[in-house]
Amino acid sequence: MTGLQPFRRLESQTVVLARPDIDTDQIIPARFLKGTTRDGLGKHLFAGWRYDEQGRPRPEFPLNRAAARGAQVLVAGANFGCGSSREHAPWALLDYGFRAVISSSIADIFRSNALKNGLLPVAVDAGTHEVLLSLAQARVIIDLESCSLSFDDARVSFAIDPFSRRCMLDGVDELGFLLRQDEAIAAHERREGADGSAPGRRPEAGALEAACDG
Amino acid sequence: MARSEPRTLFRKIWDAHVVSPETADTPAVLYADLHLVHEVTSPQAFAALRGRGIRVRQPGRTVATMDHSTPTTVRPGSGRFAVEDPQCAAQLAELETNCAEFGIELHKLGSEGQGIVHVIGPELGLTQPGMTVVCGDSHTSTHGAFGAFAFGIGTSEVAHVLATQSLLQREPRTLEVRITGALRPGVTAKDLALAVVSRLGVAGGAGQVIEYTGSAIRALSMEGRMTVCNMSIEAGARAGMVAPDDTTFEYLANRPRAPRGEAWDRALLRWRTLPTDAEAVYHRTVSIDADALEPTITFGTNPGMSAPVTGVVPDPGALGDGAQRGALDRALRYMGLRPGQPLLGHPIDVVFIGSCTNSRIEDLRDAAAIFRGRHVSPRVRALVVPGSARVKRAAEAEGLDRVFREAGAEWREPGCSMCIAMNGDQLQPGESAVSTSNRNFEGRQGPSGRTFLASPATAAAAAVAGAIADPRRLS
Repeated sequence: MTGLQPFRRLESQTVVLARPDIDTDQIIPARFLKGTTRDGLGKHLFAGWRYDEQGRPRPEFPLNRAAARGAQVLVAGANFGCGSSREHAPWALLDYGFRAVISSSIADIFRSNALKNGLLPVAVDAGTHEVLLSLAQARVIIDLESCSLSFDDARVSFAIDPFSRRCMLDGVDELGFLLRQDEAIAAHERREGADGSAPGRRPEAGALEAACDG
Repeated sequence: MARSEPRTLFRKIWDAHVVSPETADTPAVLYADLHLVHEVTSPQAFAALRGRGIRVRQPGRTVATMDHSTPTTVRPGSGRFAVEDPQCAAQLAELETNCAEFGIELHKLGSEGQGIVHVIGPELGLTQPGMTVVCGDSHTSTHGAFGAFAFGIGTSEVAHVLATQSLLQREPRTLEVRITGALRPGVTAKDLALAVVSRLGVAGGAGQVIEYTGSAIRALSMEGRMTVCNMSIEAGARAGMVAPDDTTFEYLANRPRAPRGEAWDRALLRWRTLPTDAEAVYHRTVSIDADALEPTITFGTNPGMSAPVTGVVPDPGALGDGAQRGALDRALRYMGLRPGQPLLGHPIDVVFIGSCTNSRIEDLRDAAAIFRGRHVSPRVRALVVPGSARVKRAAEAEGLDRVFREAGAEWREPGCSMCIAMNGDQLQPGESAVSTSNRNFEGRQGPSGRTFLASPATAAAAAVAGAIADPRRLS
């Protein structure tokens, strides 16, 4: 998880899943969360919609259409990524080949997880969203330097947390930044530790441990 | 900032945990008091630490359990658990290895403290007022019932907390959900939780922390408050919380990990300062009248799609928003329901009573009150899965297991079970289940399975009737 693929500018066609409230159970069903690595999840992306009961691709599902091949940008209905906190959702999208998700709103935990893995969440205004949903496939340019999205004759800007943007542009994860906060974290721990009943402190004595689990 | 400024419960906890404040360029560094860990979302995080040669900063603030993929049956004869799925077995083994290597307390399968992560934290007294609690699981919002700021995180953040006991966070906004009046007999915390999600919508809480206030919340037990806070994420909220009061303190007193003696007295003084100040302002307030609520059940494929059990399936044609109309139409087709159809009497195949939403002792008592002296319909398979080994022992001490068994329900071993259907407990394609869990997403309880979310009482009533039923007619 140390190095990420930097994200500066992406030009790609889109593939559209217009449904609102696409939850992480649809993105990657729980039966595919049994692994211990983050690899190889792309084949299970949207498994319940993408394949029939016999495991054959459903031809009508947008990702299965020939025209969708190679698309790196997913345009999805509002509130994309709601539900569980599984980071397997962005892992699956990235492993499949997506580099960005565009919607009018993106659920909090999913957005946070996506940003930590180099998958760019792009939240656009309702009007732009409507247009992109209506185009079966559009050619878009996402420029993270200028925080802009262009397609046809349109060019709109999108908001992104400046810190996350920096991490994405440089291809660095947040852990390095947090590790450099060691002194401040230690100071906080000393401050809290001065009060023996600071929240979260476990009893030191063995007696209470024994009262719990043998 | 000026300390005299009136503050919300959330703000007080936030302020006390800021390691370094947020700026325009960087989020705040926020300290995590308690980190709960389970087998599904942690392996890649431990691997990240190993890859960088980092130790866990605060093993003493980290507690692990096995819950998501654990079996809920034991092998006949031996009484031992058999994890049939080799992938699940490998994942559980990896958690054990990781906890041993990094010095983390683990409540492993079959141990007396094992259970669903959001059930064992509170019952051990690990979850306390004023804390920040995190876990790689979205239902971490449950712990907010104690007046903690508790929220779900992804696996990268699990690694961040293991390594630094801290997270990068932007301060969320606050949303007061005020529940006035009182719940009527037969109406439970689960019905209230479903009503809140329906009212806010599945994205209505985005970017916000909910504080539940009002007379109906004060009247709830800790179990009920946990059920309500648990479902906060289903409204898209970052967290849900309830200010601590005597109900909270009574629950915590003498719990194994709660402070004792003088430390308890000091803690109590501090905890009493946590409730929102009278003059403090929330970014937004929504009010719900508890008296107007009825036993509630979902009919669709997200937790916001619910109605009173006595109601009818809504008509997508009546919705103005095209996207929502399409979503409802698709949901009804998935669920096998017709617009205008009464919910009462709709046949079901499976009843699941369990999950971090409704698997605590009170939930089991509610279900048992319906099952007592009655029998599960011959067309229904009913599973009762206690939330933890402690809940299981408590239920058995009260004889609830006998009530379930005599009614024809299966009494299982603790775990997440059919809520997430990773352990083999699952629906067959096309089956309909009334479940006390938290998510009715397509395929959540098994591919092509249909989930109706409801309270333990409503679920038990459905098991007896073989169809969606009103528990008030049976109690």
